[in-house]
Amino acid sequence: MRLSYPANIKIIQVPCTGRVDIIHLMSALEDGADGVYVAGCLEGECHYLEGNYKAKRKVAYVKNVLTELGIEPERVAMYNLSSAQGARFAEIANDMVKQIRDLGPTPVR
Amino acid sequence: MTETKSGSNLEKVLTAGHFAFTGECGPPKGANAQHLKEKFKYLKGSVDCVNMTDNQTAVVRMSSLAGCALMVADGLEPNFQMVCRDRNRLAMMSDILGAYALGVRNMLCLSGDHQSFGNHPEAKNVHDIDSMQLIALVKKMRDEGKFLNGEEIDVPPKMFIGAACNPFADPFEFRVHRLATKISAGADFIQTQCIFNMDKFRDFMKQVVDKGLHERCYILAGVTPMKNAGMANFMSKYVPGMDIPDSLIKRLKGVDKRDQAEEGIKIALEQIQEFKEMEGVAGVHLMAIEWEHKVPEIAERAGVLPRP
Amino acid sequence: MIVADRKSLEEILGMVADREKILILGCKGCVTVCNVGGLKEAEILASTVRIARKKEGKPVEVAHRVLERQCDNEYVTQLADTVADYDAVVSMACGVGPQFLSEMYPDQVFFPAVNTTFFGGAVQHGVWEERCAGCGACGIHLFGGLCPIARCAKSLLHGPCGGSANGICEVHKDTACIWDAIVKKKMDTGHLEDLVAVKPFKDWRTARDGGPRRSIREELVKGNI
Repeated sequence: MRLSYPANIKIIQVPCTGRVDIIHLMSALEDGADGVYVAGCLEGECHYLEGNYKAKRKVAYVKNVLTELGIEPERVAMYNLSSAQGARFAEIANDMVKQIRDLGPTPVR
Repeated sequence: MTETKSGSNLEKVLTAGHFAFTGECGPPKGANAQHLKEKFKYLKGSVDCVNMTDNQTAVVRMSSLAGCALMVADGLEPNFQMVCRDRNRLAMMSDILGAYALGVRNMLCLSGDHQSFGNHPEAKNVHDIDSMQLIALVKKMRDEGKFLNGEEIDVPPKMFIGAACNPFADPFEFRVHRLATKISAGADFIQTQCIFNMDKFRDFMKQVVDKGLHERCYILAGVTPMKNAGMANFMSKYVPGMDIPDSLIKRLKGVDKRDQAEEGIKIALEQIQEFKEMEGVAGVHLMAIEWEHKVPEIAERAGVLPRP
Repeated sequence: MIVADRKSLEEILGMVADREKILILGCKGCVTVCNVGGLKEAEILASTVRIARKKEGKPVEVAHRVLERQCDNEYVTQLADTVADYDAVVSMACGVGPQFLSEMYPDQVFFPAVNTTFFGGAVQHGVWEERCAGCGACGIHLFGGLCPIARCAKSLLHGPCGGSANGICEVHKDTACIWDAIVKKKMDTGHLEDLVAVKPFKDWRTARDGGPRRSIREELVKGNI
């Protein structure tokens, strides 16, 4: 499968989205990322039981912080897909990039 | 209870074995003494004494003490309501002395609605002592002639001590015990919350009589005539501690809107009739909310006139 | 423990609006346990402040750190070498922290990042409730182990008031009427007689009403035992 996804996405691999912390998402935004998203396993299919649910809550937390700061909460997002869904991965990447392009560059410069 | 404790008119009426009939009057939201005097006119001669509410529902009004003084000056007997929300024990004792000096002879000791219900929800509440202890405090000042700290009072305030009772609050089984404690604390008379659920009240009074509480204290049943079905609905939904049966709302709704006030009065009259015969009930406390001008008519039709 | 709530970002940002080098200082005590002012929260707040200021075009230097406890001078002294490096310190401890800090470092400004609310505990993950009012004269045993001073809206010693309905307080529909619980417990255990006597008037001198309080343990004043 040779699927292409936008080149302006920087992938950071983690063993489980449960490892992602609020500060990781915040740091990315602080350093000027226009958007950050977490791609976790399908809900109910976490190898560590609830890592992806925890990530979902952390994403929601950051969305709240952004809202409070007057920054579009859509700049952070959570997606769920399985490792077998390569096409879906590319689709999500394209969706996210489109969404961020619509929002424009981050106000955090 | 033969020798008088306070010499108040209400006490005399009750000790003589008459069926008491008391009224209520809310002070104005302002210094409008004239407005208060208008209300007094309707109450004079129709009731034995009139409760002067104390920032009821935590809404700021003219002080109950000042209202009582105006009432005394007008030749009407007040029942000075005092809540624990707005005063600490110092303010309570000084107001009790002041009230007595101004001719007040009855008091009603209350906890007070929480300030969150009123028009200054940002206020700090006091609750230094609670209503049970306020009863005991007034009794100590009267019977021992002492302040709370044991110091002698130069001319103790001889108050006829009242307390409230809501037979409809939860837990129901405990209500009669709490009433008993109020009586032990020193309550001479009780004015109950507005009664609408007669079945429950009959049940409550049976417990009161079984415990002999009616022999240690005069119990005045609270009656509020409904002006219309809307008022009944509102009270049922928004006033804490109200128990209004659907059948009552239905009965009011069953008559033409124009006749609902009359129906409300009829219901109140039927209640008063039953209370006159109910064992343990020594009188009625009529709370005609912003309907003071109807009091003479209700008293007349209830057959409680002339007052002793 | 002492429970606190984080102040709004708007309020915190307003406090430090004209500062350019800030320290966000967490505490490993109660505020860590109630997830409001520990290392993690200090780190997040520091990042948040930087993001906010970048957005405003007024970048700021924000460091974060956590002390073992801000209510203990032994740990507050650990800030001695660095405290002057900042032009403001935001304390995430309860109200005690910024005061211990202010007393030790009178030249520095300490802003509170949290509103200290009550003495309580977590009744479920993420939900804390008040249990103690710190009145200085505990009588919990008289009320079936449930404190009416802290938990009754009117601090009644002889409840429940007329507004108690179905075990719920008239003041908040999500608050249990503690007096309903006390009465039911006394009924269930056959000790209703405990509630019929009039209780002595409370002596509030031991509470805040008596003025700021002090607790002295003579044997410890002399040295460790």
